Amino acid sequence: MAEVLVVVEAGVKKVTLEMLTIARGLGSVSAVVFGEADSAKLPEYGAEKVYVASGDDIDGYLVAPKAAVLASLVREKQPAAVLLASTQEGKEIAGRLAVKLDNGLLTDAIAVDADGTATQAIFAGSATVTAKVTRGLPIVTIRPNSVTPSSAPASGTVEQLTVAVSDADKLTKVVERVAEKKGSRPELTEASVVVSGGRGVASADNFKLVEELADLLGGAVGASRAAVDSGFYPHQFQVGQTGKTVSPQLYVALGISGAIQHRAGMQTSKTIVAVNKDPEAPIFELADYGVVGDLFKVVPQAADEIRKRK
Amino acid sequence: MNIVVLVKQVPDSGAARALDASDYTVERASANNVINEMDEYAIEEALKIKEEHGGEVTILTMGPASATEAIRKALSMGPDKAVHVQDDALHGSCAVTTSKVLAAALGTLDADLVLCGSESTDGRVQVMPHMLAERLGIAALTGARKLTVDGAQLTAERQTDEGYEVVTAATPAIVSVWDTINEPRYPSFKGIMAAKKKPVQTLALADLGVAAGEVGAAGSTSQVLEFAPRPERTAGQKVTDEGDGGTQLVAYLATEKFV
Repeated sequence: MAEVLVVVEAGVKKVTLEMLTIARGLGSVSAVVFGEADSAKLPEYGAEKVYVASGDDIDGYLVAPKAAVLASLVREKQPAAVLLASTQEGKEIAGRLAVKLDNGLLTDAIAVDADGTATQAIFAGSATVTAKVTRGLPIVTIRPNSVTPSSAPASGTVEQLTVAVSDADKLTKVVERVAEKKGSRPELTEASVVVSGGRGVASADNFKLVEELADLLGGAVGASRAAVDSGFYPHQFQVGQTGKTVSPQLYVALGISGAIQHRAGMQTSKTIVAVNKDPEAPIFELADYGVVGDLFKVVPQAADEIRKRK
Repeated sequence: MNIVVLVKQVPDSGAARALDASDYTVERASANNVINEMDEYAIEEALKIKEEHGGEVTILTMGPASATEAIRKALSMGPDKAVHVQDDALHGSCAVTTSKVLAAALGTLDADLVLCGSESTDGRVQVMPHMLAERLGIAALTGARKLTVDGAQLTAERQTDEGYEVVTAATPAIVSVWDTINEPRYPSFKGIMAAKKKPVQTLALADLGVAAGEVGAAGSTSQVLEFAPRPERTAGQKVTDEGDGGTQLVAYLATEKFV
């Protein structure tokens, strides 16, 4: 059975386990780990092999070295498919790999069939397509929260890869990595619960209320573009057309009117709950449960109620 | 500094969008086609760099004849000229073949700096800058929320899920930007009038030395098999807070096993 490469480019995350789960349906699973990562979980979810590529050439430059290592591995192993995460960097590596191999690629897949045909959510989740790569092997990026990871223990034999990167792949240096994220909340695109605040939250300080509810529900915090543009919350937490697409089990929209640009980033969520003082807010058109009211009264009461039930 | 800004015309993301039922390409005929919003931030950044360091700003667009509207809109913000790659054979091109054509066009422009939006609102694929960097052998600094130009040295803050990375490279380079990088200017009346007279060079595939069979649907590296609009979500229960809205909300969350 041919190998299927699953690229782990930024640590083992939930989407990594989803990719391993999908990859098992396509062939014998080999994880490709870039940099230092705790790879203990990879065999648990079906990785027969774990290729590791690390060192200064991988960490010190942007994207290109990873694509170079991956391209030589693909040429050597002739895998049945390559899966990457549908994150900025995952897609960027996929793009370079596709050009290097003169090969097609499919992004934002939510499922991949045994023959490599992928189902993709397009136009911000308002439609789905099935598509296939017609030149070369399937290079597919997988959107987080697409499948439920399931374990399937495998041997996970570790093999260190030789990293041979040319100067042409070392044009962009990474000189510093700065973490801005606070606390231990799950990553926005991977979270099972997302609590987002909009213009109605009214200030950066008031986002504490959004964070409090998110923490009580074990969720991530998101923000609408209006809230980000007003400086209430950083852009990396923006949900919608020019931000992140999320697809959690539960999406809670607080003080968000629900403009089409916002809906674009969250309408594939399983359950949607909204609190808004405007009964005509478009968010209620897609909410499974809506509360028309003042979020500054409703949210603290809800928080107290959750604490009581715990 | 010779700056080229990539501009794409896309269907308005604020309205319903669809694929053409005959060939699964983006339906443009019935759509309100606009300049890709993120590209306006790339244009603004280019204009600011020109204002500070001098040089010239060129718009590069690949698209059908109707993309001229997006080009004029872009020029009305202040760039000097535009190049429009237009050829019927391009219809249906995938990202990989599009990068081949854009790389060939960039090859004729001798840019020190190529700027573009981090993603288009239609495809949202985010691969183009790295594909072009790969083809042209130039540096890519992508997902920038801040860009500093010091002679030939570029420094960008690349936004990540965890925070940001400081990345550096020398020109020639391609930089993609997020909408947090600046606030695009509105075209002035003077700008709109001037845009009508600015030179727009049209290039066909033959001008770029790319064969028709390498691009479009014929040269595409992937194929859409089926398209289905997602069923519309329907409104569920809506209650008005009369003092116990928060409690009711949690009661609902409990029935759905979230609490």
